[in-house]
Amino acid sequence: MSFLSYLQGLSREKLSLKLYSCTGRDVEQALQHPEGSLESLLALLSPAAESYLEQMAQTSARLTRQRFGANIGMYLPLYLSNLCANECDYCGFSMSNRIKRKTLSLDELNAEMRVVKAMDYDSILLVSGEHETKVGIDYFSSVLPSVKSQFSYVAMEVQPLKEAEYSQLARLGLDAVMIYQETYNPQTYAQHHTRGNKQHFEYRLQTPERVARVGIDKIGLGVLLGLDDWRLDALLMGHHLAYLESNFWRSRYSVSLPRLRPCTGGISPKVELTDRGLVQLICAFRLFNHQLEISLSTRESAVLRDNLFGLGVTQLSAGSSTQPGGYLAPDTQLDQFEISDERTPTEVCAAMKVRGFNPVWKDWESAWV
Amino acid sequence: MLKIAEHEFHSRLFTGTGKFSSSNIMLAAIRGSESELVTMAMKRLDLKTGSDDILSPLLQSGIKLLPNTAGARNAKEAIFVAELAREVLNTNWIKLEIHPDPKYLMPDPIETLEAARELCEKGYVVLPYIHADPVLCRRLEEVGCAAVMPLGSPIGSNQGLATEPFLKIIIEQANVPVIVDAGIGAPSQALRAMELGADAVLVNTAIASSADPIAMGQCFAQAVQIGRAAYLAGLGQVSQQAINTSPLTGFLNE
Repeated sequence: MSFLSYLQGLSREKLSLKLYSCTGRDVEQALQHPEGSLESLLALLSPAAESYLEQMAQTSARLTRQRFGANIGMYLPLYLSNLCANECDYCGFSMSNRIKRKTLSLDELNAEMRVVKAMDYDSILLVSGEHETKVGIDYFSSVLPSVKSQFSYVAMEVQPLKEAEYSQLARLGLDAVMIYQETYNPQTYAQHHTRGNKQHFEYRLQTPERVARVGIDKIGLGVLLGLDDWRLDALLMGHHLAYLESNFWRSRYSVSLPRLRPCTGGISPKVELTDRGLVQLICAFRLFNHQLEISLSTRESAVLRDNLFGLGVTQLSAGSSTQPGGYLAPDTQLDQFEISDERTPTEVCAAMKVRGFNPVWKDWESAWV
Repeated sequence: MLKIAEHEFHSRLFTGTGKFSSSNIMLAAIRGSESELVTMAMKRLDLKTGSDDILSPLLQSGIKLLPNTAGARNAKEAIFVAELAREVLNTNWIKLEIHPDPKYLMPDPIETLEAARELCEKGYVVLPYIHADPVLCRRLEEVGCAAVMPLGSPIGSNQGLATEPFLKIIIEQANVPVIVDAGIGAPSQALRAMELGADAVLVNTAIASSADPIAMGQCFAQAVQIGRAAYLAGLGQVSQQAINTSPLTGFLNE
């Protein structure tokens, strides 16, 4: 069964009812056996679990320490292009936004990579808007070899591709694909994605399966927290993760937990996720899946990030730019979203060391393809 | 004294280098443990820029390094790493770890045997990390492995010797040193492995993730020594029943 059929077989109403009728007793039971149980994940994401937040945080911190040690994996996003043929009301790259559009040439990309390498990064996340014709498989295949020659671990966050295209990129050394569903509610999804290929909820939803089938090392899931009820969206992401783990046991999984933030011409969150809520989410996922990688971007503030990496977060970016060419020549008119933690990698690492954590720059062999 | 491939070890505690909060703490914990062999993931070393904080402190310390193939998902990747390790670290020792399952990091017996055969033929001292499978241990011994490293429980889990009945069979049968690797979460569990007759144990998470890695390293050192001494002294037989002083069948002897 595909995840699409699986999702269609779930009743959003029933799950929502369960989420909001959980009791303290349900949460206590969930805390006894949280690992791998979707029932427990539901209870831990429910409003009832808010009273157990400290207990969840203690367990989450201990489990994260045991599995990942004091290590925090360092990665950096590198924007290839802000061209986009979609209209998404939360994103600064939306096609109707009158911003300067740019796609890096190979020379420009090399110049960007030199700046990023000088910051010590060895794990990179290539990002682009979604423009199938100008920034599609041909462009990606033309730049990937240069990127792979410089970075041991190469991830991509671009439009959903076909299975054969993923296979082609895997052969060129692609290690990970981040593909965020944004929301698992088809109605909400349709409201926010009003033009372009990104309107295809179902094609996007089936992307992780296409990635897993070609044997790419890691798959990143994510929802844009705030578009819809974040508790239900997070729970459904948990279902997605469990489905993928049971069907594709060779793949590694990560989740990103971006909160909706203001951007050029954008919208405000429908359902606000507070800091408390974010902590609950991180801890719930750690208790549910001890091995899951959880990454946190510079969308979040410095104070919050410093407090979150001990709690369950395992991957961090620092010193990020969210525009093509932004490392060599910053230009605020091109940003996808605003950055909140503007510290340099050195400053972030210093804060990490003070708390007894250790930044890890390299954790992969580039020759493993 | 423990001997692996003509190399002698005073300490029967091997340790790791991952999960520490800094290289200073890592070194101090290794010293505290008195370990003479430490394993290190090749994937963590940045040979291009030297920006990792593992290799140079370890090289300076003079402790014997056991590079490992962690992260490799098949025989081909593991062999690549072994060759890289020989080239850059000038050692033919390799801890062979192949886990295609990124969740529980379970070792793949088929790929491990294949890689072990090829690496042994190429002259490596191969120490394979495997499930506590007595037949696989025999097969690995046949292809020339210098030791076997069966797991006590899932790696990093601190669950101790969940595989004890199988470890006993492996220890009974092995003609090469048996190093219990993975899952040892407390000094008492290391002690138990040594009492059973294991030749050595490898401990990382329990030391590195402890609130005081240096003190914990020392505790493991003592536990391993006591366990070994107890094994040599000979443990008493465990009896399921009390030996009755007024036997019911005594009349047969009258």
